[in-house]
Amino acid sequence: MVPDMMTGLVQTAGKTVFALLSVPLLVLIAALILGADGRAVNLDAILAGSSTAHPLGTDALGRDLLARLAEGLTLSLSVGVIVVLLGSLIGISIGVTAAWMGGWVDAVLMRVADIVLSFPGILLAIALAAMLGPGVENLVMALVAVGWVGFSRLARAQVLALKHAPYVEASLAGGSSVGYIATRHLLPNIAAPLLVEASFGLAAVIIGEAGLSFLGVGVQPPAASLGTMIKEGTGLMLVEPLLVFWPGLILFMVVMAVNLLGDRLRDRLDVKGNSGGA
Amino acid sequence: MLGRVCAIRILQAIPTLLGVATLVFFLLHLVPGDPVDALLGESALVADREAMRHALHLDLPLIQQYTAFLGGLFTGDWGNSIVDGRNVFELIMERLPATAELAAFSLVLALVLALPLGYWAARHAGSSKDYAAMSFSLLGVSIPNFWLGPMLMLLFSVTLGWLPVSGMDAPGSIILPAITLGTALAAILSRMARSSWLEAMSSDAMRTARASGVSEQKIWWRHAARLAAVPVVTMFALQLGAVLGGAVITETVFDWPGLGLLTIEAIQRRDYPLVQGCVLIIAGFYVLANLLADLLGLWLDPRQRHGS
Repeated sequence: MVPDMMTGLVQTAGKTVFALLSVPLLVLIAALILGADGRAVNLDAILAGSSTAHPLGTDALGRDLLARLAEGLTLSLSVGVIVVLLGSLIGISIGVTAAWMGGWVDAVLMRVADIVLSFPGILLAIALAAMLGPGVENLVMALVAVGWVGFSRLARAQVLALKHAPYVEASLAGGSSVGYIATRHLLPNIAAPLLVEASFGLAAVIIGEAGLSFLGVGVQPPAASLGTMIKEGTGLMLVEPLLVFWPGLILFMVVMAVNLLGDRLRDRLDVKGNSGGA
Repeated sequence: MLGRVCAIRILQAIPTLLGVATLVFFLLHLVPGDPVDALLGESALVADREAMRHALHLDLPLIQQYTAFLGGLFTGDWGNSIVDGRNVFELIMERLPATAELAAFSLVLALVLALPLGYWAARHAGSSKDYAAMSFSLLGVSIPNFWLGPMLMLLFSVTLGWLPVSGMDAPGSIILPAITLGTALAAILSRMARSSWLEAMSSDAMRTARASGVSEQKIWWRHAARLAAVPVVTMFALQLGAVLGGAVITETVFDWPGLGLLTIEAIQRRDYPLVQGCVLIIAGFYVLANLLADLLGLWLDPRQRHGS
């Protein structure tokens, strides 16, 4: 047997995930307790250092950095979860349909998937987001348009392998509807690899959201995204390096925790697949 | 046999490229909102709008625009930039060398880092050395390049003053962008190298070699390395394409005047013909890299030739 996962990593993965998530969690909790408004401009407190009112200081518009980090993190996580949910729902439906119907339906659907896969994911998302215009909804749409493909290919391959399994054929012979078979027999049996795909997908989407926002085609001011904060911070790097350090660190820790979780899931569920990552 | 299978793969890439071109065209023509409005503002004079519409061929029926677009792809007529009126294809060709240079440096860097790391981790599989190597690789895939770039800049350019901050004119200016772009590639490749090497080592062929007295060193380097190379080479070819996607962000961070930066500039200026051209050329390279990965796989691993 090939040790597909690093034994050491797996043993300590739980603790590491917890350690990685502790800083982002602390940011969320502290921001909740302090209750500062991350959008409140205060021109008297521009680039202020750490204080009781602003534990991490303020940005170029005097806005509380901690509150903005919490807002950005919440946004990144929500976008990540929504995109993965929508993408998996669409992708799995398409993949199952393609595998089940076969013939031209399969050919057409998989051709479309191939074409989407012919772009570097981030490039297609950038182009789509730019064309759709700024805003969180459009950002979600752009990321879903890229993200469904992985799920559809995976679901299709899994269903193809199960389509002629005795229990599926027995259920068909017994008069079960296709919908019943799909939800009752197929989905539970293909769930494990899809779950692994979802966790790596979540990491990729979180980086994708921040990347698009960094490039200016995602979340727009005054809303905070970790990506826009890194962009703003880069401009002020010489004056206040912490403005770019914090949002990036939080983003990095969350993404690494999610990736590690994906590794662990893959190992637990014994899914063979390509090594994940963005 | 090999020739025929390769020919089929190459032919299969043609409809894919056509599909890519079609998607790019419709991406820019069917999105909500009028590009002319976006360019001139809604308060523009009707005459100006009509002139712009005509210049961009937006006054033609969609299907006619589409056929003209496809025809133009083959003749090098990719339209003109709205901003400075220059030929899109020429603009792209001007920026291509900078991106090629950055991509080449990043890929070489990734290989030089990944192969020893992957080997080292595989050789010490399960030990703390493996753990350290794979933690580094996990770090590499998780670190966003639009953060790694500024952090490297802060350390090596601002604080230590060793390297230029951005641009490509000063000596050594390629080092930080190449590290930024190459880190994730190195991480992915080292993981692949490690798992392929381990998989190769656990095969029956290696057991036989060991049983017949071949030295351990020779098994690792001569026998297993050859088996392990197949997925690593394939992955490397895939990265040739992926690196162009990453270049969009890295070039923006370092103001590196390549194709990626051109794409973002075109998007910011709403220069639709240029956006179209940039996306098309990057996706085109991506398809070709995937094709190359396929062909290399076929060449290196005879098993793949069957069932295709």
